[in-house]
Amino acid sequence: MNQNIISLKDIVVEFDGERVLDNISLSIQDKEFVTLLGPSGCGKTTTLRLIAGFIDPLSGEILFDSKKINGVPPHKRSVNTIFQRYALFPHYNVYDNIAFGLRVKKVPEKEIKQRVSDMLRLVNLQGFEKRHIAKLSGGQQQRVAIARAVINRPKVLLLDEPLAALDLKLRKDMQNELKNIQKQLGITFIFVTHDQEEALSMSDTVVVMNEGKIQQIGTPIDIYNEPQNAFVADFIGESNILDGVMLKDYLVRLDGMDFPCLDSGFGENEPVDVVIRPEDVDIVPPEKGTLQGEVTSVTFKGVHFEIIVDIQNFKWMIQTTDEHQVGETVGLVIEPDAIHIMKKSEYSGLYGDYSSYSDELDTLNVIEEEDE
Amino acid sequence: MKHSSLGTKILNAPYILWSVLFIIVPLVIVVYFAFTDQNGAWTLANIAEIKDYGEILLRSIGYAVVATLITLVTSYPVAYFMSKAKARTQAIMMMLIMLPMWMNLLIRTYSWTTILEKNGIINTLLGYLGIGPLPLIGTSGAVILGMIYNYIPYMILPIYTIMVKIDPALLEAASDLGSNGFDRLKRVIFPLSLPGVVSGITMVFVPSVSTFYIADKLGSTKTLMIGDMIQKKFDINLYSNTGAALSFVLMLIILISLAVMHKFAGEDGEAIIV
Repeated sequence: MNQNIISLKDIVVEFDGERVLDNISLSIQDKEFVTLLGPSGCGKTTTLRLIAGFIDPLSGEILFDSKKINGVPPHKRSVNTIFQRYALFPHYNVYDNIAFGLRVKKVPEKEIKQRVSDMLRLVNLQGFEKRHIAKLSGGQQQRVAIARAVINRPKVLLLDEPLAALDLKLRKDMQNELKNIQKQLGITFIFVTHDQEEALSMSDTVVVMNEGKIQQIGTPIDIYNEPQNAFVADFIGESNILDGVMLKDYLVRLDGMDFPCLDSGFGENEPVDVVIRPEDVDIVPPEKGTLQGEVTSVTFKGVHFEIIVDIQNFKWMIQTTDEHQVGETVGLVIEPDAIHIMKKSEYSGLYGDYSSYSDELDTLNVIEEEDE
Repeated sequence: MKHSSLGTKILNAPYILWSVLFIIVPLVIVVYFAFTDQNGAWTLANIAEIKDYGEILLRSIGYAVVATLITLVTSYPVAYFMSKAKARTQAIMMMLIMLPMWMNLLIRTYSWTTILEKNGIINTLLGYLGIGPLPLIGTSGAVILGMIYNYIPYMILPIYTIMVKIDPALLEAASDLGSNGFDRLKRVIFPLSLPGVVSGITMVFVPSVSTFYIADKLGSTKTLMIGDMIQKKFDINLYSNTGAALSFVLMLIILISLAVMHKFAGEDGEAIIV
């Protein structure tokens, strides 16, 4: 688990003069499950296609097993890809699709037969050999795509948003299944998604990308608990991002009040971004809270309520299992370990409070319509 | 099945009327002529006469097969490169292919006589080099060339239309699975372009086998085709019934070849048979 299988060094990719990847450097270890996570257009799919060999970087190096593979065409790389829309061959049946890679390599038919049947067992599609591709459901096509790729025993499997086309229930099942397949095969998975939950639940390492740059690399827990900047904090999960001033180590000033925290190493009186996750705030009676505000919106989410509280015109999102009423005044308590301090970045101030929160907007629209 | 409303029926009416008037009725007339004599009495004599035209029928089929094969072999690469070209290049190529089609077939064919004839362009140029004059016109080669020239767009266009629709992701998947350029052509592009090939073959073979004027202008009496023979029969009123019988046989040949091609097109019947 400590040998680099793929390294990207200072990769720059441009399409028609537009910079799509801006100095990307990334090391991926053998047998690791790595997820490239980011909004559409962040460069995650481009990074994947770069590793597959479909595009060449303008500058920078791609190393595979410590050998430079810039310019090596896709059919000579020992990686295989699962494409976003599967790209199964419509003129072949399930068996012939899975056998494709081995036939190209002129593997004897007898061995192909054995390996295809092993693959069908791996993806739970025994008995589907003769089935036509068009007659498969989305989930079954997905499995064929997996089998078609891993039968070639690649060292690295690239997955380009493979679950995006599936419905929620099936997606959850496939997440588990993919994770199991990765463990069984013991190979590296590089997985691309824009779904942060998927990234957190499946990966060993998450690479958060935006605007062609890597924002943060870390374990799912690190990424969630210690986001490096406002973009990461906003993209991964829900978060209240406030302007603060780090008075000294372990003490931050927010909304004119001083809060003890666990962060240190910032300059004295340095302006910082402060992240407080909605589930880390406790709601108490107004007189017992350090902050007081008015509930402006309550949304029932099943497991919890999502409550928007207005404190000095900053709308906080708070998740609680207790029900509260709109218009009610509540107090908030924030424990030191609920506070995470980040250095100011280019993303500071872009992701503020929840005043444009969609549920609330919907409510406002309804009220306006009723007034008319 | 949706029930068609009165409105749809009214909208369909002109089309149905047109079909009956200009497709069904003429076919019925041809069949009627084929099985009657000059006095309108029922007879099989016209059909029996066909055996005298066996050679010309076989020749027509032979020429059409050769022309279709050459057209296919030359069109396939053109369609392939066209489908891979930039949008602008594709548009220009498309226009160049369509341009001759806007001119009348007779004029197009006639211009070939000035190129191929004894004192034509090619023989004049060869004359400067001290070669020839070569017998170009009046040969079966000239007739087949005429067919290829006239019908090649009908081969290129259906193949091109199918090829541009092949999902580029499939080609990426093939290279990802280890296919080089030739292998991708063999395993992905060619099988997926088959419906276009089938349409192209049909659209070139059918007009080739039934063509007239091309053999008349570019060939000799030895290269006469069934289409020319039918035309000659109808020119003289006395032989209309024989002409109708020949037309009837030609229609059968075309129907059989359509059925064969349809079988090749696969169960989905994906081929566009126009």
